[in-house]
Amino acid sequence: MEHYLSIFIKTIFIENMALSFFLGMCTFLAVSKKVSTAIGLGVAVVVVLGLAVPANQVIYQAILAPGALDGIMGITDPANSIDLSFLSFITFIGVIAALVQILEMILDKYFPALYQALGIFLPLITVNCAIFGAVSFMVAKNLTLGESVVYGIGSGVGWMLAIVLMAGLREKMKYSDVPAGLKGLGITFITAGLMAFGFLSFGGISL
Amino acid sequence: MSSDNKKVLFGPVVDNNPIALQVLGVCSALAVTSSMANALVMTIAVILVTAFSNLFISAIRNQIPSSVRIIVQMAIIASLVIVVDQVLKAFSYQLSKELSVFIGLIITNCIVMGRAEAFAMKEKPGISFLDGIGNGLGYGAVLMVVAFFRELFGFGTVFGIEVFKLVQNDGWYQGNGLLVLPFSSFFVIGLIIWAIRQWKPEQVEED
Repeated sequence: MEHYLSIFIKTIFIENMALSFFLGMCTFLAVSKKVSTAIGLGVAVVVVLGLAVPANQVIYQAILAPGALDGIMGITDPANSIDLSFLSFITFIGVIAALVQILEMILDKYFPALYQALGIFLPLITVNCAIFGAVSFMVAKNLTLGESVVYGIGSGVGWMLAIVLMAGLREKMKYSDVPAGLKGLGITFITAGLMAFGFLSFGGISL
Repeated sequence: MSSDNKKVLFGPVVDNNPIALQVLGVCSALAVTSSMANALVMTIAVILVTAFSNLFISAIRNQIPSSVRIIVQMAIIASLVIVVDQVLKAFSYQLSKELSVFIGLIITNCIVMGRAEAFAMKEKPGISFLDGIGNGLGYGAVLMVVAFFRELFGFGTVFGIEVFKLVQNDGWYQGNGLLVLPFSSFFVIGLIIWAIRQWKPEQVEED
């Protein structure tokens, strides 16, 4: 239990998807103008990450990992071992796209109110690099199924925290006098840099 | 070369830069700019993927049903990225380790998707190919400038060749520790955006 808790805290603060690995930056910068939309998008990202990371973990370990298919195919000679790991990118993106599509249908049918609130953001999530990044890190870190559930949800919560904080700052920034050339994108970049600087201080925590 | 082709090819470098104006493809721009060699490899990879995905998508644009176009585009882009990743692993294993998940993340790089959707789905293959190269160059230009500042002032080198002699090696230059850290690229990009908008005031955002 303690192990899972430490992964959870670590993925939210120390290895924050947005501010330590700079993943999902396109949406992070483009959709952080209002707190309410940021929360909507954040929730959608948490749900998709919580499903996509474990789903891809199962597929990777059962089919794509080097030697995973040997048992089923009856291969005993290591020289003939099947290694499908080169297919992992295309598989992952397919699984993510399919999951987003299914989630959209389920929400549309059973939770129309939530679907209305998230509607526009759901298809966008397929191309959010935070999702694909978390899945790639899951493979690189060799996580187990249980760990990958925690890792997926934790990185989603971390990303949501970052975008909601950013939106809050930008709402207040409307009242500041920013030089003309820095307005909009420029000052947002610099703010994000300062936030990342702040999150760096979590790096000293050892779990 | 006709003026139209020239505009498509070089327009994205300053006038319509994918990172500075369109807010596309920011994720990888931040993480791979610690050294110029990494930035160059990333630039070449992105130019190749964007150009060829534009070419292939444009070639079959009349056959793609619009309801499944995202999946079709994803399949083409993912296959191209797998090729790039495999080539890099075969010929430059060290670099592919350093860039780790960021080569895979070209799949979700919004520049590739964005150009496929906005340009290649409407235009002929030849001009789409040029547009892909142009946008890759625009992305690469920002990447190289950021990497140049970070490597020069962080480590005192350009492409690994010593320019400023560091104090550690009996020189005079004290490396800037801030620029070694990945988030410093936020500040550098923010300042580049400011510089571009001072030069071309029509890009300034209204709030």
